[in-house]
Amino acid sequence: MSQGILELFTQNISVLNIGIKSFGDNINKVGSKSVNLDWKPPALDKPEALNILNSLYNHSVENANQKVIEIIQNGHPVLVGLGIAGEVIPGMDEWTILHAGPPIDWDRMCGPMKGAVIGALIYERRAQTPDEAIQIAKSKIKFSPCHHHQAVGPMAGIITASMPVWIIENRNYKNKAYATLNEGLGKVLRYGAYSNDVIERLNWMKQELYPTLKETIELLGGIDLRTLIAQAIQMGDECHNRNKALTSLFYREIAHSLVKTKFSDIQKSRVLEFINSNDHFGLNLSMPACKSVMQAAEGIENSTIITTMARNGVEFGIKVSAFKDKWFTSPAPKVKGLYFPGFSDSDAALDLGDSVITETAGIGGFAMAAAPAIVGFVGGNANDALNFTRMMYHITLAENKNYQIPVLNFRGTPTGIDLRKVIETGLLPVINTGIAHKDAGIGQIGAGIVRPPLECFEKALLNYKK
Amino acid sequence: MNQKVLIKKNLYYDSVSLMQLSEKIKSLPQVSEAVIVMGTDSNKNLLREILFFQVEIEQATSNDLVIAIKADNEAALESAIQLIEKNLMHKDTSEKSMNEVALLTQNSAYRANPEINLVLISTPGQYAALEAKKALIANKHVMIFSDNVSIEDEIELKQMADSKGLLLMGPDCGTAMINGVPLGFVNSLPKGPIGVIAASGTGSQEVSSLIAKLGSGITQLIGTGGRDLSEKVGGTMMMMALEALNNDNETKVIVLISKPPSEVVAQKLISACSKIKKPVVICFLGSAQDKIKQENLYFVQYLEEAAIKAVELISGRKITIQIDDFEELVESETSKMDKRQKYIRGLYTGGTLCDEALILLNKEFGNIFSNIALDVKYKLKNSFTSTADTLVDLGDDEFTRGRAHPMIDPQLRYHRLINEADDEEVGIVLMDFVLGYGSNSDPAGSILEAIKIAKEKFARRNQYLSIICTICGTETDPQGFSQQKNKLEQAGVICMPSNLQAVKLAAAIKRRLPQ
Repeated sequence: MSQGILELFTQNISVLNIGIKSFGDNINKVGSKSVNLDWKPPALDKPEALNILNSLYNHSVENANQKVIEIIQNGHPVLVGLGIAGEVIPGMDEWTILHAGPPIDWDRMCGPMKGAVIGALIYERRAQTPDEAIQIAKSKIKFSPCHHHQAVGPMAGIITASMPVWIIENRNYKNKAYATLNEGLGKVLRYGAYSNDVIERLNWMKQELYPTLKETIELLGGIDLRTLIAQAIQMGDECHNRNKALTSLFYREIAHSLVKTKFSDIQKSRVLEFINSNDHFGLNLSMPACKSVMQAAEGIENSTIITTMARNGVEFGIKVSAFKDKWFTSPAPKVKGLYFPGFSDSDAALDLGDSVITETAGIGGFAMAAAPAIVGFVGGNANDALNFTRMMYHITLAENKNYQIPVLNFRGTPTGIDLRKVIETGLLPVINTGIAHKDAGIGQIGAGIVRPPLECFEKALLNYKK
Repeated sequence: MNQKVLIKKNLYYDSVSLMQLSEKIKSLPQVSEAVIVMGTDSNKNLLREILFFQVEIEQATSNDLVIAIKADNEAALESAIQLIEKNLMHKDTSEKSMNEVALLTQNSAYRANPEINLVLISTPGQYAALEAKKALIANKHVMIFSDNVSIEDEIELKQMADSKGLLLMGPDCGTAMINGVPLGFVNSLPKGPIGVIAASGTGSQEVSSLIAKLGSGITQLIGTGGRDLSEKVGGTMMMMALEALNNDNETKVIVLISKPPSEVVAQKLISACSKIKKPVVICFLGSAQDKIKQENLYFVQYLEEAAIKAVELISGRKITIQIDDFEELVESETSKMDKRQKYIRGLYTGGTLCDEALILLNKEFGNIFSNIALDVKYKLKNSFTSTADTLVDLGDDEFTRGRAHPMIDPQLRYHRLINEADDEEVGIVLMDFVLGYGSNSDPAGSILEAIKIAKEKFARRNQYLSIICTICGTETDPQGFSQQKNKLEQAGVICMPSNLQAVKLAAAIKRRLPQ
């Protein structure tokens, strides 16, 4: 079976040189083409790991990955309505509190997450004081990751039964995803604040924001989030740390229906003002949109694609498609970034939140080239924003069919993070994120870039041992 | 004595580039030691051996670059470090200088250069199989220069290549030429009607450069890797190459070169040859296959004979490359020696050339010591010390740890030659000079001084050292065959037209010396 070799004899030889550079030079010297691969050994050096990596190059894995990519590309998130967490989120009840990141119990939770739990219990009227709340948290509450309940939460990501949530449906696969509505910036529950005004705001959201928006969306018959996100990305958002365009597009989309709802003018105005004053309102839509897409791609046997990344302020966790229920965790890293005046990295909480589901789905930090303005927020220059996206193409298997980056000639965002490529190149996914103060109740103190620890990927790889 | 250790995290360079840089730095005045290596365990051992014990070195990983310098004073240290930084600068892959054309993965390379059709892999052995697999999956032909690839991996890769009709040359394939493009260590060869398939690097270099010398040329030079004809691998690549060359209109004669394979594999090969429509010259080195008579098969024992046979089959004329004045030369060399002198010392850079010499000399004299002797009785106790008649393959693993191959770095042979010259019982030194792409830019020039010193040592003892060499190369090689030959002849070296001729001359002289 040597037809291919015979064909080679008729072609111009063009070489990829991996290793000793002078071999490539000699080929160029005689006028033929050779390019050098910028090769270095895989990040994992143990022979066992190399064997597993080697064994992960086969038809089953390639086919499985193809399937996962197809599912992601065909993902079609649509905002279909709003509901109350306890009524719509699977496995939710009055003693369950959902949190961001991989599983964690009360004792190990970081400051902001504890603060958010306290605030939530007060909001739910299960506790009247922080001390009562702590008692209840220790004794009566079942904690569970949002991710285990088809939900995602930014920062502390706390969801309790009476909170209103967005309901997103992945049209082509019929699965649903949920997230709370974004409270705003500064001293808010998700940053661990639990003062009176936080609780008041949460109450207002339940009493006015929720019903107004619920009826608005009913009148609209739903909103295609995929189209909205695609447009936002072409307008300078990356939909994780920069959501201004997405928020604006949402506002535009709902305005004419919102004014038709049965509520008072002043209430409608308060709702519109609330959305207008919060540049990150759209984040709580882009997150469950990405969750719904990635969720449909979970559990494909043999696939090496990362379907979840999330942090709880203590640990960073990832999941791969092949092992639907297994988290691979490692201590959460510190975020490298810019701090608001008066704060420094000694004040920072460790990396926290489910919002990295955006990077997992191919936007957020992966779409940074579409959002050069972000560098004002996370540091660096506009060229860096382009380069971050470019580097991510090395660890992903596809270019996103739906989300395209104008400045890269409308190239689709790097999508479908392949565990094998992360290990081989040592390139870790780049994440844009906010930085919380490590103490509960203070709020956001900066923003920056963070990478998942390599250890998560190492653990995931070793799990493929046949 | 000042010393400095620098660790550069996550900065990878291939071993050849690093050795070249180390040499450059070591040659600076007042620098006594310069080790620039990746932080692998074996390199860390090396550093400990030469007394660099810093904890940073211990903590370095194989992805980190370790720079260890010893110099006479602070200033020399600083200039050494500066020169190193300058040389490393262009490769800074810090986040700030990342750009799209950085080809970090095979996929990104193929996206940027879809016309790539062959992948040449020379990474450390434990990573080579993975890269080869990815290349085959992407439907590219592959050459694996690296050795230390497991036989299981080799079998899996060759099965995959076979099913896809792709070349998998190697592992441990140092030499190939496809469509005139040099791959690895190979000579500059004219185009012609002879196709070569070889399980040996310098073997194919000798045969192909002799074919060029005899006025013919090469269509394709396909390397199969040293283990292809083992029983487990079963000659997969050699048979694929045979079939391809059989169907290649440009190839009129095929030459196969290998160490003698097992009976089973030899049979497999010979019966595959029965389907070949062209003449096939088979050289199972040292093996006189006179039992098998098949119409288009020609068995030869030695490398030179393979070249001669192939060109004879093309030209229809009888050819010889023996020199006219062989007997006179033997007489003249022997007459200058004294009665203490009796031994041959072979200092070889090409493994197969050393093999060939060993086979011929053992046939005639027996008792030839070597670091690659199969008989344990004649294996050198210490490869760095010769005894009686000794042939050394300086390219063998034990010599190349932490050091470049002698075809690139002449130092080891330089010092060895001077050492051999202290032994008054030595009469003849045999050497090979392998030219071509990949080899040192001046193999002859780099050893002239040692030749001079060696000859002088013998002269002072009223003795004469006969130095005989073979130059494996062509006129169009970067080093230039004639220039190399002139340099050596001017230094009093006898340059014979092939390895076989050089060994025959050495044998003829030894026959005349006291036993």
